[in-house]
Amino acid sequence: MTVKLSLQNVRKTFRSRHADEAFVALDDVTLDVEDGEFMVVVGPSGCGKTTLLDLLAGLTRPTGGQILLDGKPVAGPSLDRGVVFQQYALFPWLTAQGNVEFGLEAKGAPSAERRETARRFLGLVGLAGFESHHPHELSGGMKQRVAIARSLAYDPEVLLMDEPFAALDAQTRETLQCELLRIWRVSGKTIVFITHGIDEAVFLGQRVAVMSSRPGRVERVIDIPPEFKAGEDIRAHPEFGRLRHEIWRLLHEDGERAREDERDARRLAVAA
Amino acid sequence: MSAQESTLVLSPPAALGGSFARLGAIFLHALRRGGALAAFFLLWELAPRLGWVDAAFLPPFSQVLATAWKLLSNGQLTQHFAASLGRSAAGFALAIVAAIPLGLAIGRYRLFAQAVNPLLEMFRNTAALALLPVFILFLGIGETSKVAIVFYGCFWPILLNTITAVATVDPLLVKSARTMGLSPVRLFRKVILPASVPTIFVGVRLAGAMSVLILIAAEMVGAKSGLGYLIIYSQYNFQVPEMFLGIVCITVVGLFINFLLVALERRLTAWNTHRSET
Repeated sequence: MTVKLSLQNVRKTFRSRHADEAFVALDDVTLDVEDGEFMVVVGPSGCGKTTLLDLLAGLTRPTGGQILLDGKPVAGPSLDRGVVFQQYALFPWLTAQGNVEFGLEAKGAPSAERRETARRFLGLVGLAGFESHHPHELSGGMKQRVAIARSLAYDPEVLLMDEPFAALDAQTRETLQCELLRIWRVSGKTIVFITHGIDEAVFLGQRVAVMSSRPGRVERVIDIPPEFKAGEDIRAHPEFGRLRHEIWRLLHEDGERAREDERDARRLAVAA
Repeated sequence: MSAQESTLVLSPPAALGGSFARLGAIFLHALRRGGALAAFFLLWELAPRLGWVDAAFLPPFSQVLATAWKLLSNGQLTQHFAASLGRSAAGFALAIVAAIPLGLAIGRYRLFAQAVNPLLEMFRNTAALALLPVFILFLGIGETSKVAIVFYGCFWPILLNTITAVATVDPLLVKSARTMGLSPVRLFRKVILPASVPTIFVGVRLAGAMSVLILIAAEMVGAKSGLGYLIIYSQYNFQVPEMFLGIVCITVVGLFINFLLVALERRLTAWNTHRSET
């Protein structure tokens, strides 16, 4: 297996308006994502998940360290990475077809090819027949399907997903999780999936990177053995429960530590 | 709402005597939509005839219609109509052509927008009609001053709404487009511009209403033709039916402009559902 996406000692700080010292969002994040791998990043809110995604997408630059895609440093946003957002981010004035064609147009594909490719990918996400619908005519789940089709259609090297199913109801979320696994197997894409849901992480990922908060760090990377995922209702499998608990414990300990830190900081502030 | 109600009326006897029920439904629909209007014109007709008001000050509506026919046949009404429509259309169109590009440019550069905003607020709140004497002083009482004042009145609502439109485009859409590596120019053309259309149109519709209002006032003060001139001139000469005819014509112009703009807005922003809901 070759490494597709490599984060090496990535650090990101923001200048804060109130404090003198810079706010450290990510500190020393190191992670390798292999070609074709489904990597899930799970962490509590405020651990810098979105900062991490912005860095991977090339929307912001790391303060320290580097991010390599196929061995080359990420220099900015580009069509070699596709991003799927929690709030869909579909263009409301375009139809489903138009939205999927948008990225293809950015890529410079000729119009006949765009039409054909967009239809094919809408079909892949199960939306054949909805090509001419506008986003406001689609349910949340369908909108997210369009967004996934849009990102896949221009054939990026890596698909980045920022809590894509968090805004959906439980039923739709479960359906889309299964669909995503199917699409991932069919397309063979490398996926980096960011979530705060532990169940979702164990269900989807081949590996799960558990982040800690303040500053954001990769605490541990947990392998999810593929064997038990062959069964029917894998959430009922004892191994699923064990992994789930392991991640929960890591996040929980981190939460406790963060709360203690906060208490200390408050005590210091009161003393001073 | 009204369509739903009329189908409710229609549905029960659909099988037997359907056409009869349909006629009744159409009648009911017309009554609901036009009842208040009909009652208003009836009152206008009857009040002077029954001596409730002095017919010299408020002639019956039928007499206004007769005057309309008279002025139509001698070409006067058409002339005033054309003069007014021409002026407001010219000023309005010029304002659209000037204000939208300028607003897009200002909205795009936030620092610039912040810098000029107080100035824009001041101009916007200077009532256009207060400046009318200034316009007449500089441009005379010919066509130019009228078109210029309409332009001025229409310019601000369009400009300010365009600036707001560009500045308030959903940042997530911009972010999403940026992840696809769009250049700033393409980003503007493909995302910011289409996303701004609904808000820009709010300004255009405001300006449409403004164009009629300002024009009539301008024509009352200094003009030799136009509907505003017709009204004020008729009043001086105590031609009361002509005066009311002028007023009715202005209402027709206002309704017509609004109808056009609403139709255009529907076409351009069919995707924007929350606008039609509110």
